[in-house]
Amino acid sequence: MTPAQIRDEIIAILEDIAPDDDLSDLKDEVPFREQLELDSMDFLDIVMELRKRHRVQIPEEEYEQLQSMQSTVNYLTPLMVNIG
Amino acid sequence: MPADLPDHQRVVITGVGLTAPNGNNLPEFREALLQGRSGVRDYEIRYIGATHAGVCDFDTQRHQSKKDVRRGTRAGSVGVYASNEAILDAGIEWDAVDTSRVGIYLGVTEHGNVETENEIYELTGYDYDVSFWSHHHNPRTVANNPAGEVALNMGIHGPHYTIGAACAAGNAGLIQGLQMLRLNECDLALAGGVSESIRTFGIFASFKSQGALAHHEDPTKASRPFDVARSGIVVAEGAAVYTLERLADAKQRDAKIYGEIVGYAMNTDATDFVLPNNERQAECVELALRRAGLSANQIDIVSTHATGTSSGDLQECKALRKVFKNSANTRFNNTKSFIGHAMGAAGALELAGNLGSFTDGQCHATINVDDLDPDCDLPGLVLNEPQEFGSVNYILNNSFGMLGINSVVIVKRI
Repeated sequence: MTPAQIRDEIIAILEDIAPDDDLSDLKDEVPFREQLELDSMDFLDIVMELRKRHRVQIPEEEYEQLQSMQSTVNYLTPLMVNIG
Repeated sequence: MPADLPDHQRVVITGVGLTAPNGNNLPEFREALLQGRSGVRDYEIRYIGATHAGVCDFDTQRHQSKKDVRRGTRAGSVGVYASNEAILDAGIEWDAVDTSRVGIYLGVTEHGNVETENEIYELTGYDYDVSFWSHHHNPRTVANNPAGEVALNMGIHGPHYTIGAACAAGNAGLIQGLQMLRLNECDLALAGGVSESIRTFGIFASFKSQGALAHHEDPTKASRPFDVARSGIVVAEGAAVYTLERLADAKQRDAKIYGEIVGYAMNTDATDFVLPNNERQAECVELALRRAGLSANQIDIVSTHATGTSSGDLQECKALRKVFKNSANTRFNNTKSFIGHAMGAAGALELAGNLGSFTDGQCHATINVDDLDPDCDLPGLVLNEPQEFGSVNYILNNSFGMLGINSVVIVKRI
């Protein structure tokens, strides 16, 4: 997957786990928590959805990489480069 | 006797919120019951396939965000809806309420089956690798979940818990609320029962294995207590939550009062896992009457528990025949014939369905009785059409469950 495709996939996951939030103005460099109503269970949902949809395993000590869209895409790009 | 108690020990119903398969508020529900409108429909669930169920169609977004609906449970959602509606119906100015003095007491038949089945079903797609098991499983399945979701939604800081009491749970929730008000543990009780049971295939499968799952080519005729052609239980979902207040408090805020809970009782058969015991049921009704200071012939309407199984219907009728043998004016009806068996919500919904009789003077019917079982031929059974009553002063509500748990609540018109 390209970085752009990974971003689209994260948006699709966020649409499921934060269905009340408007994602159209999401700023990639700003932490999710400053823009969306996300708590720790929601971040676990992101981790779980990546595991379920793409078999991507994210170790607990690396959850902090998921702070913003930019950091998430940067972190996932090497992990998902071979995923179609 | 309740009439002798001071007003701060007398407990009254000041609001009702509900979702039933044939109505999403008390007036709608009452109208459906008086018009003979069933809420049972065809229904499909995994592994079982085509069956029938009582399904609710309330607006989940009326009191919850989409995210909270997704994160929580159906039992939580029906509880949140009914609790908010009860507060609105009671005319309570919520912003002025001391939420540390509000208690939530919700009866449940079971909780957690739906969520556990869903997780296991999901795991089958991942070769049973438990790293795919949801982190939401525990908060969804803890036994207090439905009441806890109400507390989270409404910002309630008093005690919250569920009362696990099989199908006697709706009454048990009301009784718990009444007792906590009398003990001054809270000033306002949100009490009643909830059910999400139609979302677990296990409950259908177990009734089917037991030969107790109803079927009829017309789903609206599948739930037919007291009829010779009954074939068992129609599972239903729903909730009924009441605002209970001490009479003194209700008077002080000039609240609308639906009625006073003047009698209640719970006891146990201790004879069988499943089969009911009419002697203990009769004793439970008699204890509630005694506590209310009433004789059986003062009861105007008995809301029966009967579920449409031959053993259950017959045992209850035997108990009622014994207690009400000299009660020529007492009428008997059954709400399950309209909505199916709403499990933990059943007792609370069935009482709610009858509360309207205090104002409209009618006793709603038991529908679907085409061929009355002679063993269920109670003299005052109201069949197929509502009966004009005149003045209704007392309703007695039966609710019984597996493992021999019995509960009775008596409500008086004020």
